[in-house]
Amino acid sequence: MTALLEVRDLEAYYGRTKALHGVSFSMTAGGITTILGANGAGKTTTLRAISRMVRTAGSIVFDGTSLEPRVTEDVVRLGIAHAPEGRGTFVHLTVEENLRLGAWGRRERGSLEEDFARVFAYFPVLASRRRQAAGTLSGGEQQMLAVARALMLRPRLLLLDEPSLGLAPMVVREIFRILRAVNQDAGVTILLVEQNAALALDLADHVFLLETGRVVMEGPSEVLRKDDAIRRAYLGY
Amino acid sequence: MEVFIQQVVSGLATGGIYAALALALVMIYQATDVVNFAQGEMAMFATYICWSMLNAGVPYWGAFLGTLVLAFLGGIVVERVVIRPVENAPILSIVIVTLGLLVIFNSVAGWIWTYVQKPFPSPFPSKPLKAGNVFFSAHDIGEIVVTLLVLLCIWLFFKFTPLGLAMRAAAHNPVSSRLVGIRVGWMLALGWGLAAVFGAVAGMMIAPVLTLEPNLMGGVQIYAFAGATLGGFTSPGGAVLGGFIVGVVENLVGTYVSFIGTELKFTVALAMIIVVLLVKPTGLFGISVVKRV
Repeated sequence: MTALLEVRDLEAYYGRTKALHGVSFSMTAGGITTILGANGAGKTTTLRAISRMVRTAGSIVFDGTSLEPRVTEDVVRLGIAHAPEGRGTFVHLTVEENLRLGAWGRRERGSLEEDFARVFAYFPVLASRRRQAAGTLSGGEQQMLAVARALMLRPRLLLLDEPSLGLAPMVVREIFRILRAVNQDAGVTILLVEQNAALALDLADHVFLLETGRVVMEGPSEVLRKDDAIRRAYLGY
Repeated sequence: MEVFIQQVVSGLATGGIYAALALALVMIYQATDVVNFAQGEMAMFATYICWSMLNAGVPYWGAFLGTLVLAFLGGIVVERVVIRPVENAPILSIVIVTLGLLVIFNSVAGWIWTYVQKPFPSPFPSKPLKAGNVFFSAHDIGEIVVTLLVLLCIWLFFKFTPLGLAMRAAAHNPVSSRLVGIRVGWMLALGWGLAAVFGAVAGMMIAPVLTLEPNLMGGVQIYAFAGATLGGFTSPGGAVLGGFIVGVVENLVGTYVSFIGTELKFTVALAMIIVVLLVKPTGLFGISVVKRV
């Protein structure tokens, strides 16, 4: 099986500070991969590197296309949707406008009604808030909106940055259930960054463990779940 | 009473000019945090272009529309060529750049068209309109109609078109906008283009009243600042309303407060700016923006 995303020797810099020290991994199409790691390990930076929001060295190839020479706006047009850290809500705009913007970088134009119907089926609460300013939504609803906005692109690869952050456990479970459904119904490949290791291991089929800008361990989630070091450090039992 | 109504209507007419320019200032401020001090001079320059077209025999509305197109392109060029390179510079540097633009536009206009005042035609009949016992200048009424039409168009554009939506998104949240594929740099350039269009409308509408010269918009820009400050630099609708209010207040104070008259009218604008900044710095409809430094 060829890789949908192939990252080789990726280094990333904030000014002179090096945040990634040669990260390599690959993802096959259709799967859910998660990157685990502590604060500051470089999880968010990895996603930002793929979306070209940070200066990098090394290679990132998406479905045969090199991403390094591209800018963020063009990466989106290849079908890579990014629900960023902090959700990136357009707080002044309505829920519907947020969703319309999600489809801005889409290749195929045409009617959005079908897409609205699809995301509202996943997130009925957004349908009832359609005309409301997005800034008035609760944290959980805004996270749902971030995922829904990303889905409006009809992405091939969905990058999710800590969708569980700051949310009530029930809301988090709901969002993760929907992520699984999105992956299975539409075949959207997902790259998930999470601090909540237990949840991420449940959802993902493949795991990378990042420590201070390097991949220190990788494997199928069933295997890593049983690993003693992971269990102690990230699952806490 | 007739005098009062006449003064209010004529205040609304000039207020519309202030409103258009205030809107231009606020649009650019919202998108880039920059106050474009050259906005008025760009408008003056556009008005000269219209004058040149009229002189070359182009019919009025043709020259009007042609000027709007050129102003739009000119605004984009200014953003791309002058503002873009200093985009990430400290705010003060960008302000200085816009002040530099002000001087350049002013001198170049003087160099091309000289400082001699030129009459500028009004597209509206010179015969006053009569409603009951009150006479209105047709140009005043036409000015109000044109301004309101422009404002309506721009509101429809921002509210109902995908491009308008993308421009609003780019202004409020550039990072998220890039992540959905919006080319933020071009949206800002389009914003400069649109702002230049409002300015051009203001210039062409006020020139018949003030006569055309390179310092045409100097005073107007101060009033536009007063309008934007009054309505709030963070609120486009507020800035428009602020512009109209400033126009009316300016006229009424000039008429009814005898020691102010026409000579001191100008101070009224400055006084309004100071009072607003002291009492409610965000303006009537503005919101305070908290920034992490």
